[in-house]
Amino acid sequence: MRGFWKAFKRNKLAVVGGIVVACLALLAVLAPAISPWDPNRPDVRKILDPPSSRHPFGTDQLGRDVLSRMLYGSQVSLAVGFVSVGIAATIGILLGSAAGYHGGVIDAAIMRLVDLMLVFPRFFLLLAVLAFLKPSIWTIMAVIGLTGWMGVARLVRAEFLALKEREFVMWSQSTGASAFRIIWRHILPNAMAPVLVAMTLGIPAAILTESGLSFLGLGVQPPRATWGNILNEGKDAIELAWWLSVYPGVAILITVLAYNLLGEGIRDALDPRLRQAAGRVVSRGR
Amino acid sequence: MLAYALRRLFLAVPLLIGITFVSFLVIHLAPGDPAEMQTGDVPAEAKRAYEQLRKEFGLDQPLPVQYWNWLKRLVRLDFGKSFAPHGRPVLTMIGERLPITLLLNVVEMLIIVALAVPIGVLSATRQYSTFDKVTTVFVFIGFATPDFWLALLLMILFGIQLGWLPISGLRSMNWEYMSFWQQQWDFLSHLALPILVATFGGLAGFSRYMRQSMLEVIRQDYIQSARAKGLAERVVVGKHALRNALLPIVTILGLSLPGLIGGSVIVEWIFAIPGMGQLMVQAAFERDYPVLMGNLVIVSTLTLFANLAADLAYSLVDPRIRVSRRRR
Repeated sequence: MRGFWKAFKRNKLAVVGGIVVACLALLAVLAPAISPWDPNRPDVRKILDPPSSRHPFGTDQLGRDVLSRMLYGSQVSLAVGFVSVGIAATIGILLGSAAGYHGGVIDAAIMRLVDLMLVFPRFFLLLAVLAFLKPSIWTIMAVIGLTGWMGVARLVRAEFLALKEREFVMWSQSTGASAFRIIWRHILPNAMAPVLVAMTLGIPAAILTESGLSFLGLGVQPPRATWGNILNEGKDAIELAWWLSVYPGVAILITVLAYNLLGEGIRDALDPRLRQAAGRVVSRGR
Repeated sequence: MLAYALRRLFLAVPLLIGITFVSFLVIHLAPGDPAEMQTGDVPAEAKRAYEQLRKEFGLDQPLPVQYWNWLKRLVRLDFGKSFAPHGRPVLTMIGERLPITLLLNVVEMLIIVALAVPIGVLSATRQYSTFDKVTTVFVFIGFATPDFWLALLLMILFGIQLGWLPISGLRSMNWEYMSFWQQQWDFLSHLALPILVATFGGLAGFSRYMRQSMLEVIRQDYIQSARAKGLAERVVVGKHALRNALLPIVTILGLSLPGLIGGSVIVEWIFAIPGMGQLMVQAAFERDYPVLMGNLVIVSTLTLFANLAADLAYSLVDPRIRVSRRRR
């Protein structure tokens, strides 16, 4: 663990990413306390006001303060990022460890399911599901999680295949430990490093997906503010109010960038070998 | 080779059945019901109309029966009719839109490869140089930029502030009055922004893959021995290294296809391009479930075969694959 900290701290960009991530989380938690205005209070006298000292990011079509709406929107991004990745990781770990540990028919069946899910362009699948669901933050979290577990499953399976041949696993098998116990107590803890990295990198991906869906109008619904649906309103007022289209996008960009830098940093610090294993492309090109 | 191709083709059959199964399931297991949308407000009337609609669409039958009936029609390429008032056959609608989406994606892919390969090679051979650092920054920004936001910014800049490019549709209003070449130019200028947006994110990923792949190849012994033979660096990099570094890119191209096609949903929606993606969003809003299911099946089947083609291409250029991938 100490080695990890030393390696992580040496990577300045990752540290900056981590600090930004922490600040964003703090802003989301403190949103009710620090928002200058009520995010949902319309004001007909201030429709589409450009940025000013009273409204640093301007106001929207209903005269609501964009900064306050963005602060509340960060809560949605954060929650969707964490919960949907949690769902995806849980499914991925369960299926991946079952496939990797048992092998044979179970493995073949689960991996074919993974192949199958990967054939669907994700946005098409999401739209098909969302068309018939009541759009809410919970359904969004669920569907993003349910369509995003395949990478983790593959990762966990690969780790299990490598680990189950090791002596400590053989040893506990010979003592008659149950499969559940061996998976849970012996193999999984050793397989968690790449999963954690994949989860850190999955959060920004989930945030991007949610904002895309909300932008289309099929995600989290107004009046609840999200960065995506503010941008959707921005699109309708694109010729009148540039600030509606610019600021929420910058927020998404910074958030995703920070999580990516953090995730890459954790990966490199945990184990340089993982650069390939985690199956992602972005790597700190230093 | 032929045996390998046949075996892969054979393995695609269960996946094809799986595609129809998932497409059917995601739509029928959702709590909402396509008949709900089409009925009016009067309770008693609505209830009767609802039951009638359910019967008409066969929704009152058990799911396995519905699936089997749907499958039987699919085999005859009958995707049913749209629920929209015009009631056109789904296959016709998709047929009109598929070429546009394919065109967009093929052009996109060509541009990405044409740019990403040289960028990746240059930043790998000059690792840690200014060029490498600049492209690294670009890669991180590219990954973090939401495509729909980039589209909005470009629309504001080029469409509204500068007024250089059209921001919606595929043709200008006065298209019919243009000469042939004006029409071509008009079409291209409508495609410029969508293609730029769609290329941006993909380019970041591919130049990264290319760099990574090149870095690995350059460290191999055979590159050292090519240098030791006294070959010019240009030949070592451009021939010996590049050819080997391109191998994994073929597979990655195939694997990233769902992502590219999925990305066209948002791009087509923003720029009002009448392709598959726009059709999918419209169908989702209207709960037009024959269109949704048809779209899902067609798009994922295309992806499946594109992956297959990429795999075959890979095994063609790298014979080791045909032997070592037997385990699957």
